[in-house]
Amino acid sequence: MTDLSLQKVRKVKKAIPVAIKYIVLIGLTMVILTPIVILIFGSLKTRGGMYSRPYTIPNPPRIENYVRVLTQDVFWGMLINSIVVMVGTTFGVVFICSLAAFVFSHMNFKGKGLVFNFITLGLMFPITVAIMPVYLVIRELNLTDSLLAVILVQTAFNISGNIIILRNFFDAIPRDLQDAAYMDGCTAFDYFWRILLPLAKPGISAVAALTMIVSWNDLLTPLILINTDRRWTLPLGTMQFQGQYGQDLALVATFVTLSAVPTVIFYLFAEKQIVSGLTAGAVKG
Amino acid sequence: MAVETHRQFRKDFDGSGLNRKTKDRITIIVFLLPAIILFTIFVIYPVFRSVYFSLFDWNGLGPATDFIGLENYQRILSDKIFQKAVVNNLMIAGLSLLVQLPLSLAIAIMVGKDFPGRGLFRTIFFLPYVLSEVITAIIWLGLFNPNPDRGFINAILVFLGFESRAFLGDPELVLFSIFIVLSWKYFGLHMLLFMAGLQNIPHEIEEAAVIDGANQAQLLTHITIPLLGSTIRTSAYLSVLGSLTQFTLIWVMTKGGPINASEVMSTYMYRYGFVRFWLGYGSAVAIVMLLIALIFSLIYRNLLQRRDYLAEV
Repeated sequence: MTDLSLQKVRKVKKAIPVAIKYIVLIGLTMVILTPIVILIFGSLKTRGGMYSRPYTIPNPPRIENYVRVLTQDVFWGMLINSIVVMVGTTFGVVFICSLAAFVFSHMNFKGKGLVFNFITLGLMFPITVAIMPVYLVIRELNLTDSLLAVILVQTAFNISGNIIILRNFFDAIPRDLQDAAYMDGCTAFDYFWRILLPLAKPGISAVAALTMIVSWNDLLTPLILINTDRRWTLPLGTMQFQGQYGQDLALVATFVTLSAVPTVIFYLFAEKQIVSGLTAGAVKG
Repeated sequence: MAVETHRQFRKDFDGSGLNRKTKDRITIIVFLLPAIILFTIFVIYPVFRSVYFSLFDWNGLGPATDFIGLENYQRILSDKIFQKAVVNNLMIAGLSLLVQLPLSLAIAIMVGKDFPGRGLFRTIFFLPYVLSEVITAIIWLGLFNPNPDRGFINAILVFLGFESRAFLGDPELVLFSIFIVLSWKYFGLHMLLFMAGLQNIPHEIEEAAVIDGANQAQLLTHITIPLLGSTIRTSAYLSVLGSLTQFTLIWVMTKGGPINASEVMSTYMYRYGFVRFWLGYGSAVAIVMLLIALIFSLIYRNLLQRRDYLAEV
């Protein structure tokens, strides 16, 4: 009986020819990678080379543009600003959201549902929709043109989603542990700090990884809040650089490639965390 | 229920007596306070502040004194360009729902659960999602270059015997071109969600259906897709909300042009609120956008009756 059914399952699975599957997959891979490869090719050309042969293999590769971008302070300044904002926002989001998610997951109080609904209202207000009002408030607080403002705003707008993600992770931790800890005389804080957080490390790192990507790539918040070019973050600086050196396409390609490098490296290391954060938030019905 | 009571019992008589309840209460307040404060100051309060300013004709210099009631809203709603922007937002949302989602769902189902190279393909397909929109926009600006000697896409068109097109300069083509870029960037996210959703469907259910004589098509329509329901809803929600609030990609690629052909609500708001610095008018635009997003969210919640968990992506 089992043998028969397994055979049948295998048969149905074979109904989709493997070859077609791989052809589609490889086709898609090319669609995804070609633009990126062309960018990298371009970054290794001279200005003239870019004009005469914009999308061919650079032969020989020229690294002058890389030297030029990397020896100027502009790029490094933006990189540092981006890192400051990213670290600040990620720390803020992880700190604030894990505290709140702990309460929503492991504690009970009157009006819990109401407070939870209030805080997750943020899901309906993506930053784009609210940036104008946010700008006005930042102005009233005299915080414009500061990285702190960018950090505060990014953190505030990433609270809602990440509380939900973390709550899902915390919910998966058995309640018995909490009871046992309380029996042993732990306070809620002890339990949270010494037992829950270490156990929820995968959840914390997922939220951290997601937040890092969101913060690192955000253009709108710094675009609205930052005026001084010394305080530009990488996305903002990249956009301005493209506007300023738009004629030198090879140089722009180099700048863009370099500004993508940190993201790609980070992605390759943290793919698991990013994916688990996204799916923990979205795939649970 | 019994477990609840038992737990409560143990909590109340754990040796530290009444202290526990007070301590818990303090913990709850202290732990929730940072989230509530930050959220209130930077998300909720600004919205109300904006409602107030939207009732003024105000250029941001000095206090807002020129109260004009709902005039800003009247002007926005009767402005042909804003109407165009809303239509464009809806077009992008519609295309995402009708093209991008089914496509990523189909491919997620097609590639299935386990096969050699699955991880590698996933890494590649998801790569555009982690690149910033600024980078994506600049990459595609180059690819869409109208000159076939410069732009890769036109080079291919010419190679295949077609005429080259000004993808971003042609009002007829620009929105569609932007949609292609959006698909390139976000297709991987949706596929990833669907793949994770598929992973959650227990093997046994599919096997049972096959044993009961279901064919591949029946398996798909009666088992796989219904069981992916919450993932599909989440994906659709993210997709529409993303379409309604898209800014960066369009601003960097076209600034809403040519002649407002790719204008969306956010670029309209940026143009009036920040470039021209009409803060009163810009506030009103923001409130209109907010209401549209809010109405959509409420419809989504009530229509689908299920509280799916959403990630902010």
